Amino acid sequence: MEETLKKILKTYHENSGNIITILQDIEKNFGHIPEEAVNWFAKKLDIPASRFYGVATFYSQFHLKPRGKNIITVCRGTACHVKGSERLINRLCLELDIPEGEETTSDLKFTVEKVNCIGACGIAPVTLINNTVHGRMTIDKLIKEIKKIKSE
Amino acid sequence: MEKNIIIKVCMGTGGVASGGEEVLAKFREMITESNLNAKISSNCHAQKVGCRGFCSKDVLVDVIVDDVKTTYKHIKPDMVERIFNEHVINGVPVNEWLAGPEYNNFHDKQTKVVLSHCGDIDPEDIDSYIAVGGYNAAKKAVLEMAPEEIVNIIKNSNLRGRGGAGFPTGLKWELGLRIKSDVKYVICNGDEGDPGAFMDRSVMEGDPHSVIEGMIICAKATQSNSGYIYVRAEYPLAVKRLQMAIEQCLMKNFLGNNIFGSDFSFDLKIFQGAGAFVCGEATALMRSIEGKRGMPSPKLWRSAERGLWDKPTVLNNVETFANVPKIILNGANWYRKLGTERSGGTKVFSLSGKVRNTGLVEVPLGISLREIIYDIGGGIEGGKNFKAVQTGGPSGGCIPAELLDTEVDYESLARAGSIMGSGGMVVLDENTCMVNTAKFFLEFTQAESCGKCTPCRIGTKRMLEILERITSGKGKDGDIELLEELGNHIRATSLCGLGMTAANPVLSTLKYFRDEYIAHIKEKRCPAAVCRDLITFTIIEELCKGCGSCKRVCPADAIRGTRKSPHRIDKELCIKCGSCFDACKFKAILKV
Repeated sequence: MEETLKKILKTYHENSGNIITILQDIEKNFGHIPEEAVNWFAKKLDIPASRFYGVATFYSQFHLKPRGKNIITVCRGTACHVKGSERLINRLCLELDIPEGEETTSDLKFTVEKVNCIGACGIAPVTLINNTVHGRMTIDKLIKEIKKIKSE
Repeated sequence: MEKNIIIKVCMGTGGVASGGEEVLAKFREMITESNLNAKISSNCHAQKVGCRGFCSKDVLVDVIVDDVKTTYKHIKPDMVERIFNEHVINGVPVNEWLAGPEYNNFHDKQTKVVLSHCGDIDPEDIDSYIAVGGYNAAKKAVLEMAPEEIVNIIKNSNLRGRGGAGFPTGLKWELGLRIKSDVKYVICNGDEGDPGAFMDRSVMEGDPHSVIEGMIICAKATQSNSGYIYVRAEYPLAVKRLQMAIEQCLMKNFLGNNIFGSDFSFDLKIFQGAGAFVCGEATALMRSIEGKRGMPSPKLWRSAERGLWDKPTVLNNVETFANVPKIILNGANWYRKLGTERSGGTKVFSLSGKVRNTGLVEVPLGISLREIIYDIGGGIEGGKNFKAVQTGGPSGGCIPAELLDTEVDYESLARAGSIMGSGGMVVLDENTCMVNTAKFFLEFTQAESCGKCTPCRIGTKRMLEILERITSGKGKDGDIELLEELGNHIRATSLCGLGMTAANPVLSTLKYFRDEYIAHIKEKRCPAAVCRDLITFTIIEELCKGCGSCKRVCPADAIRGTRKSPHRIDKELCIKCGSCFDACKFKAILKV
């Protein structure tokens, strides 16, 4: 881990970065923000860890808990909402057995997230499966995609 | 015989999601394989283009043979071979796949200024932009025009901020120029957070150079030497294309030191947001670039006086900047005449929801909502009835059928209880519950409230609780009045635009659709059959053929019955997901 953190520190100095860019790099490398990483930077840069925590919890892009191997993001924009995205989320959580208030399955295989709007309203409802955009999503299509991932 | 053939494949986010990359790859493969250059000695190439706006028909493909353009819709990779063989090689278009009159209607009623090159040029190639006159305006501004001259043209053009508030752009620039400082900034706000709005995304993805060119002109006009483009984290393709565009500009010396060989320098960077709606607010956005929590601050100074790192900063929206090069080239009068007396030019809207033709629409200000929804949008999907149109996202409101002839401009929409906003336009039909819609927006603003000021943080929470109560059948007498009272207080006392407008979706639906609220509260009934706690699903025995489709899709195993005899839903087990309703081919399931 330390090697990666050193690399991030180097780009921070080279590009006159800030807390947000550091956190973005940590998230990119580890998939979430591990506490050790924050403490390491807090010490190196002499910035209180609380400031990192404040920024990390403010922005939705940062996650404090480890996330699943496969990430399914359901768009919750207005167009997707009127075309039934809420039903997609409910069914996904049911299908993957994710308890209310949680996002990730206990075996860390799947994470189901909401995103405010990815701006592909013309093909609503939209779902991202591991960062690939799928338009005009239906419950049937979604279940098929999950089965496909599960069998891989 | 020399033929000039260009194939253009739509590759905005919509196009890519529908398989645009595969379609383009297939065309490229066919071109290489057929060895076309030797065979019919023609000049043929396939290129990607940005969003042309008509996302509901993606993947759209243009085949241009000697300047005659033919557009195909819904193209899949396996259809490419036939188009290539019949049209490109033999010159006979494949008639059954043509986009047809609907495509032309959609585009004919529009006036394209900002979107004029979107869907036409290759967004990843600066030469493609230069070939359509790109950077001529910036060159002229940097080399030949005085800052005051540029400011005057923008002032005379009547261009107003396209981010939603509508502040006159020329005045902002004038203030930016007047204030003296060794360091000044120009910022482009690409944090298009309104759910249901994707104009800025399409411009950044489809014509990124127009935004950069607008920023160069602004930098010259306000005499600032550094700039930022703030793009939301949710738009990775926009970030990638802007990054490429900046690198290409640096190579051509359109950005950097002594641009265009002048003594003026302009340095431009991208800052990627991290997912916070409130960062679309100017002061919050600047805190975010500084690496802090994006919380708005009271406006004691204008940003043009004290902005980013307390330095004078001119901040405009993506669409505003994209208009600027065209105004410099065609003149202030041309632009002003396109709009109404109070606001010049065109506005891009993203039309979505329950309308037939979803996509981007650019129209002159002053056009009516009816023209946009019916003439361009083609009316309501599936023959349903129009109920309302939601404009301005979570800060806006719902406009009912009786006000469809409202003119679209900043003032008229505000009079109708909504706002112009950034340009989201979501059409709602008879199957949309207005209380649920209001709750949806409040859930959004409540989650995105930064928490700094009390009216917004606590007020929206209390309003949301009341709406949750109403939609779950526990509404009480006096709830409507309480919502109105709270809403008005939050509007009057919040710190920033997010809080001041958060109650708009509730207040506007209360104004026009009060009877729906009353039905939820008094009769415990959802007239549009949307609110889960207020609806039930029942199988109509006479219509049920016992095919078992509903039983198979039910995730809760709540449907009982044997084949070929009527089935029954166990109300205790039913989770009201609606899967059976969608699966039944005989309309035997009743949702009330």
